[in-house]
Amino acid sequence: MAGQGRSRVAFAVLTAQLRDRPLRLLVTIGAIALGIALTAGVYFVNASALAEFARATRALTGTADLVIDGGRAGFGEQLYGALAARPEVAIASPVLEVDVALAGGGTLPVLGVDPFIAGRLQPALYADLVGSFVDLLPPRAIALSAAAARALGVGRGGTLKVRVGSEELPLEVVAVLPETAYGRRLGVMDIGSAQWTLGRLGRLSRIELRLASGVEAQRFATSLRLPPGALAATPAVAEARAATLTRAYRVNLNMLALVALLTGAFLVFATQALGTLRRRAQFALLRALGVRRGEIEAAVLLEGALVGTAGGVLGTGLGWLIAALALAHFGGDLGAGFFDGVQIAVEAAPSALAAFVCLGIVVAVAGSWLPARRVASVAPAKALKGGDPELAGVARHGGRVGLGLLLAGTAVAFLPPIEGLPVAGYAAVALLLFGAVLLVPAFAATTLAAVPAERGAIGRLALARLRGTVVQSAVSLAAIVVSFSLMVAMAIMVHSFRDSFERWLGQVLPADMYLRIAPGSDTTFLGPAETAAVAKIPGIARSEFRRLTQLSLAPDRPPVTLIARPLGAQVLAQLPWVARADRLEPGRPVVYVSEAMGDLYGLAPGATLALPVGGRVREVLVGGIWRDYARSTGTILVDRTTYEGWTGDALVTEGLVWLAPGFTPGGVGAALRARLDMGESLQVVESTALKERSLKAFDRAFAITYALEAIAVGIGLAGVAVAFGSQALARRAEFGVLRHVGCSRRQIRALLALEGALLGALGAAYGLLVGTILSLVLVYVVNRQSFHWSLDFVVPMGQLAVVSAALVLAAATTARIAARAALGEAAVRAVREDW
Amino acid sequence: MTPLLELRGVVRRYQPERPPVLDGLSFVLDAGEYVAIMGESGVGKSTLLNVIAGLDRPDAGTVTLDGHELTALDDDALTLERRRSMGFVFQAFHVLPYLTAARNVGLPLELLGWAATEREARVTAMLRQVGLESAAERLPRELSGGELQRIAIARALAHRPRLLLADEPTGNLDPRTAAQVLALLRDQVKVHGGAGILITHSRAAAATADRAFEFDGRELKSLPTG
Repeated sequence: MAGQGRSRVAFAVLTAQLRDRPLRLLVTIGAIALGIALTAGVYFVNASALAEFARATRALTGTADLVIDGGRAGFGEQLYGALAARPEVAIASPVLEVDVALAGGGTLPVLGVDPFIAGRLQPALYADLVGSFVDLLPPRAIALSAAAARALGVGRGGTLKVRVGSEELPLEVVAVLPETAYGRRLGVMDIGSAQWTLGRLGRLSRIELRLASGVEAQRFATSLRLPPGALAATPAVAEARAATLTRAYRVNLNMLALVALLTGAFLVFATQALGTLRRRAQFALLRALGVRRGEIEAAVLLEGALVGTAGGVLGTGLGWLIAALALAHFGGDLGAGFFDGVQIAVEAAPSALAAFVCLGIVVAVAGSWLPARRVASVAPAKALKGGDPELAGVARHGGRVGLGLLLAGTAVAFLPPIEGLPVAGYAAVALLLFGAVLLVPAFAATTLAAVPAERGAIGRLALARLRGTVVQSAVSLAAIVVSFSLMVAMAIMVHSFRDSFERWLGQVLPADMYLRIAPGSDTTFLGPAETAAVAKIPGIARSEFRRLTQLSLAPDRPPVTLIARPLGAQVLAQLPWVARADRLEPGRPVVYVSEAMGDLYGLAPGATLALPVGGRVREVLVGGIWRDYARSTGTILVDRTTYEGWTGDALVTEGLVWLAPGFTPGGVGAALRARLDMGESLQVVESTALKERSLKAFDRAFAITYALEAIAVGIGLAGVAVAFGSQALARRAEFGVLRHVGCSRRQIRALLALEGALLGALGAAYGLLVGTILSLVLVYVVNRQSFHWSLDFVVPMGQLAVVSAALVLAAATTARIAARAALGEAAVRAVREDW
Repeated sequence: MTPLLELRGVVRRYQPERPPVLDGLSFVLDAGEYVAIMGESGVGKSTLLNVIAGLDRPDAGTVTLDGHELTALDDDALTLERRRSMGFVFQAFHVLPYLTAARNVGLPLELLGWAATEREARVTAMLRQVGLESAAERLPRELSGGELQRIAIARALAHRPRLLLADEPTGNLDPRTAAQVLALLRDQVKVHGGAGILITHSRAAAATADRAFEFDGRELKSLPTG
């Protein structure tokens, strides 16, 4: 009972401080809440988008045990007969999947299925069609998902115009599937009708299998002899492969949100550290009254837990709101362009909500842990007597541990990715950052010692104070360093990326104009007659055409893009090379792969690669590796003549046009549209417009990054404000003495502003140094391992100079404002208080 | 002779519904005088000190120091006057913890803009006078209470103020150290000229002054010293 009484006294004394300093309490809760809100918001957006993605994938695969997937090229339908006849196969459902070009622009994924068979594997999707299958039999009949009907503005009985080859075909909408059948845009046709109408006679995209009872899917898959380009995968693997596309982007977003949370945790640490320092005499009194160390420590941790609970609850609610707004306005990819325009609702399981509330508590308690340990171990006699707190030991130990963390972080940065994620890279960033923070006192002491003495009394006093209280100042400084260095690191990384991307655009967009034929579609191309006609249009000095298609090289990886284009010496010279083979053994065709291809498939110049193209496996040599920022899943460049020899496919999907002198893009563009007569399926874009559009898309994708950076810096500055405010109140007696010896209020405000500016400058300088080091990890490790893109390291000097100056100004202003309350009557009276 | 310090009809009230803390107080202090003011806790001694120091404005009456009417000055001018003409010694010493003993003593001289060489010479002389020349480069946490109070006295007198105000300067000291500090205070006031006011609860401390007064908020009643 006596023990409980002591704990209650300790807790009451300590929590009285929370009531006495409501603004500081609100700022601390706010910082935790903001960090949790951002982390939870990003998590809920990702989870909701992925859940929707998974739902859509599962709706398509239904109860299938195994999927034989031929990708966009597909395979001959004779495989279906062979598989359906196998005794291990209970149900075999043939599927043709084609992205059909719409006459009005855009594409629609269309599945050609046998409704009876497909309805047994995907009852939710096809149940309605089974009963009305007769309606689907006509060659031009199509059923639409509810989302497709809504997006295209066409209902049952309406007409959907599509483009196949050079023809525009009307399809009759015979049914609209219920909302619950499938949430995304989709068209469904009878498989025979689809093969006939969409020019895919004899071809299938995949075969979905339900296996007989007792047949193990993986073992059955390995027993199959599949044609080149066809891969067997379970639905789970297919789902994971789809998620892989966006995994790196989502993980990066989560890491960014954690930056805000980390900064919030640091704010709690700074607040608790300074607060417990200020109250050390009170803690000493409690110890003298008989409260044990453990009870003091528990009381401080409980203080932190209260703050964390309030911040966690507030932040989780705010995070849900942020996710709802972000999904409504920016979509499931937050503007990155990975998902199509599907409306996704927030999915937040109660367990996830509870987890984030707990995370707030954990973060706040973690931030309070060290201050709690320190204050509980204060020698009561010394603390009651007064004088400077014992912090020198903190600086010594922290320095050694800090150096150790820096070394560990450097070593860890060289480790390879784990499961394709830059786990070691993120760990290196964390180790380097913590190491740098622990070295803040040493940095501050060394730098302050080197600052020349000011001529004025106030300047000398400010410098003397900072030098004499370097470890206390280090706590405020650390809050600035954490947020500012992360901001610097991300600013350098994004600037390097943008600069590299902009220069890359200049290299890969050498022509004046670009043609794209129904991008993303499988049904519309230009044939030899059309390309020959383009070359004859007045004003076109030169033209080049390309064929883009996709190849599946591994069941657990997204397809790679194959680009067939003329690869003469001039074109090869202009490519953004990363590495080229010196010599290649003759006799085999040469291809050039992107960096992503090299990383994902372990390819280097001179390596051999097996490509399933044109119904056969082609052994090719890798002639070089080039930089491709358009695709992170892998790209292969092959000469168009070689490709046509393999496949007999002379169709093209893209074109480049160089203008003759005196001709304008507007005039030639109009001539192209008139000559090709493809309506909205033909996109004609000037190269400058394409570059601008690409850069805007880049900026949009990074908008969320910029926002998170700004929030992290804001939290850091809030921490500085809280620290300055705490210190100012603790220094009331000192200000009172200065007033007594003849310092005016203006001089004391100048003193504080100077201290703030010096701390801000120290924070900016150290933050710039640490941030630059962290940016090296982001550029050369995290970004490379996440997206398989190399970047040229470029430091945005002007931007960083402006931000640094803003930080110094903000710190000076914050210090001045935070001290306002401490400069009034209370300062004068404080000299007559004992404590 | 013109008094060094004169209070005439000073009134200071904090709350309209309560009696004033200073109620028409008049008081005169001549140069060279060292006086002690005693009174019960809460009677208004600190308020009196703040009004004299220009840190608080009376609601009525005047305060004149060396012929300058302090009550007619604005805050900046009062601050300058305080910087030039007054020195303070507090019960809790209040030396700045991040400055050495020498820099603490030299703080008023820095604020007055003394050149570095003159400042150093004066600081050394003051530290010698209080017996702490060897402690010049030590930080406050390395000094005892008595030493800290002697540093505070040296700081208060470094710039040769016209008026020294000492508020319970021996409240945190043992009797022997207290006696040493009181003797030092009196000697320094007499050596440097000007005048001094000692606020104290202790009759023994009051006995070190030329005159002692009992303050009841309205008036200062003379007490016998010795």
